[in-house]
Amino acid sequence: MKELKLMKGNEAIAEAAIRAGADAYFGYPITPQSEILEYLMMEKPHERTGMVVLQAESEVAAINMVYGGAACGKKVLTSSSSPGISLKQEGISYIAGAELPCVIVNVVRGGPGLGTIQPSQSDYFQSVKGGGHGDYRLLVLAPASVQEMADHVGLGFDLAFKYRNPVLILSDGVIGQMMEKVELAEQTPRLSNEELAEKYPWATLGKRDGEPRHIITSLELESSKQEIHNLKLQAKYKRMNEEEVRYEAIQCDDAEYLMVAFGSSARIAQKVVSMAREKGIKVGLLRPITLYPFPSEIIHKLAGQVKGILSVEMNAGQMIEDVKLAVCGKVKVEHFGRYGGMIPTPTEVFNALEQKIIGG
Amino acid sequence: MAQTFDRPEIQTPENLVYSKTTCLTDNVMHYCPGCGHGTAHRLVAEVIEEMGIQSETIGVAPVGCSVLAYNYFNFDVQQAAHGRAPAVATAIKRLLPEKYVFTYQGDGDLAAIGTAETIHACNRGENIVIVFINNGIYGMTGGQMAPTTLPGMPTSTSPYGRDVETMGNPLKITEIVAMLPGTHFVTRQAVHTPAAVRKTKKSLRMAFENQKLNKGLSFVEILSNCNSGWKLSPVKANKWMVDNMFPFYELGDLKVNGEMINKD
Ligand SMILES: Cc1ncc(C[n+]2csc(CCOP(=O)(O)OP(=O)(O)O)c2C)c(N)n1
Ligand code: SF4
Repeated sequence: MKELKLMKGNEAIAEAAIRAGADAYFGYPITPQSEILEYLMMEKPHERTGMVVLQAESEVAAINMVYGGAACGKKVLTSSSSPGISLKQEGISYIAGAELPCVIVNVVRGGPGLGTIQPSQSDYFQSVKGGGHGDYRLLVLAPASVQEMADHVGLGFDLAFKYRNPVLILSDGVIGQMMEKVELAEQTPRLSNEELAEKYPWATLGKRDGEPRHIITSLELESSKQEIHNLKLQAKYKRMNEEEVRYEAIQCDDAEYLMVAFGSSARIAQKVVSMAREKGIKVGLLRPITLYPFPSEIIHKLAGQVKGILSVEMNAGQMIEDVKLAVCGKVKVEHFGRYGGMIPTPTEVFNALEQKIIGG
Repeated sequence: MAQTFDRPEIQTPENLVYSKTTCLTDNVMHYCPGCGHGTAHRLVAEVIEEMGIQSETIGVAPVGCSVLAYNYFNFDVQQAAHGRAPAVATAIKRLLPEKYVFTYQGDGDLAAIGTAETIHACNRGENIVIVFINNGIYGMTGGQMAPTTLPGMPTSTSPYGRDVETMGNPLKITEIVAMLPGTHFVTRQAVHTPAAVRKTKKSLRMAFENQKLNKGLSFVEILSNCNSGWKLSPVKANKWMVDNMFPFYELGDLKVNGEMINKD
């Protein structure tokens, strides 16, 4: 039976993790996402499914716990907010290098530095361009509702295991804190060690008699071999680009002007679409659901149809770089954003659209 | 691959007095001749073979000279980020409580960059074994000062000797973890003589037996030479260790069965 509940975005992540059959969560408190760990501790998932929940001594420890668990083939996740995600970057790079599956949630707050606890989208670059050291990519999902917060946990684990790659859920303080109704998935059973060993022959679940041992490492000192490993990673990222692009096109069919926005900015932009259409201006919204891989193809296509594109972001202009790459000079692209934890109103966005795109 | 010794006329069963443990691979170790890492690896591997837990063991290798430990241990190994092995091992043990989990770490890894992970894994009483190789220096990166470098000891980043006024004092992390309620067995051993090797092996055995009985964390420090980093021959390095390291890092058990050993 599917269940309908009124929940905060952060709680939805936690409940969805239990229901996805996650084996462990490791995290460290930080606003605006502490409800994830709090909810899990309150729910006693150990009694419900046997899931392990541990408050680590730091985000660094937490991401390395994720590494250890993921290397055993287990479904493991962690969550944090911007400063904590910065601390995790070395670990994320190791996880990407060792090709381990996991889900990482960033409920973004404004920066730089300690910044603010208010919502922001200023970790876009860090999320989609790598973040840590080395040539690697994360699969990045951008939920725009509490429902998607829940759905992206299950989807995230599916993608993480499909590609043996870390998946980042790039949320923000608005989606994390707001309450909406959610349809919760049914409980997925956790897998036994025997099932895991069968499914994931690379996992360190103990060396089986007559079989080689399992080694999990990101080290390859010989450059020629490290290059081969890098090429293999790049081929994987290419496959993601071919198979995993997800987006929502809202009233784009007849659009003369386009907005591109993700997460909570997309919620605001959607309101702007209705405002504009009430005035007879044909505006559409392209909402990337995957930020990596980025929906470049559809944006390129729409660039041939519209007169101008506004990239709406709660930052100083980060996703606009990927929009421009997709548009490739075909049409004018402008950015509108508020920074440092400020959330734009639909009217502000509409005015920017009029000034920068429609009138300009 | 190893060049194997091939003399069938003397390689007969009745002549067999010792054979390499099945828990080590045939790969040639990259360690400098005379370095303690190789002996420490062998002892860990022998204990695992003798306990019959090869298929149930997951080791965690550090960043340091023993980063490639997974080339030598013939069981499952994860290579952890610098200093984070206790966090990695925590997760493995929590998710696979029936398996045997240990970390193998140098002093820079365990007592500098990974101090927080070390102390918190010990304090939580994770049911794992930590094998701590203390050679008073950063071997892998070319002999820089470690948290354990002795006062006055020259290294490439303390070329005039460790000046405790500006560089701080050596850290006795083993004494610190012994005070934490989560540790069950804490000892400091060495591998420079056959007698010391035997004692170290006994300690390692006790540590893994503790894990079998869910006793909490066992911490085995092994004092070891880094002859390359110390710029001494292996023999001189071991003598230097006895003369200089042992007085500061006293050998013996610090905590047994959860009880502190009173040395006075
Ligand atoms: C984050 C990070 N910082 C620094 C290094 C460089 N590094 C590699 S090994 C090492 C020190 C290792 O010394 P120790 O732990 O004492 O082990 P030993 O080599 O002496 O066995 C350092 C600083 C690294 N790999 N990663
Ligand atoms: S550098 Fe030092 S610790 Fe490393 S292998 Fe050589 S002697 Fe051993």
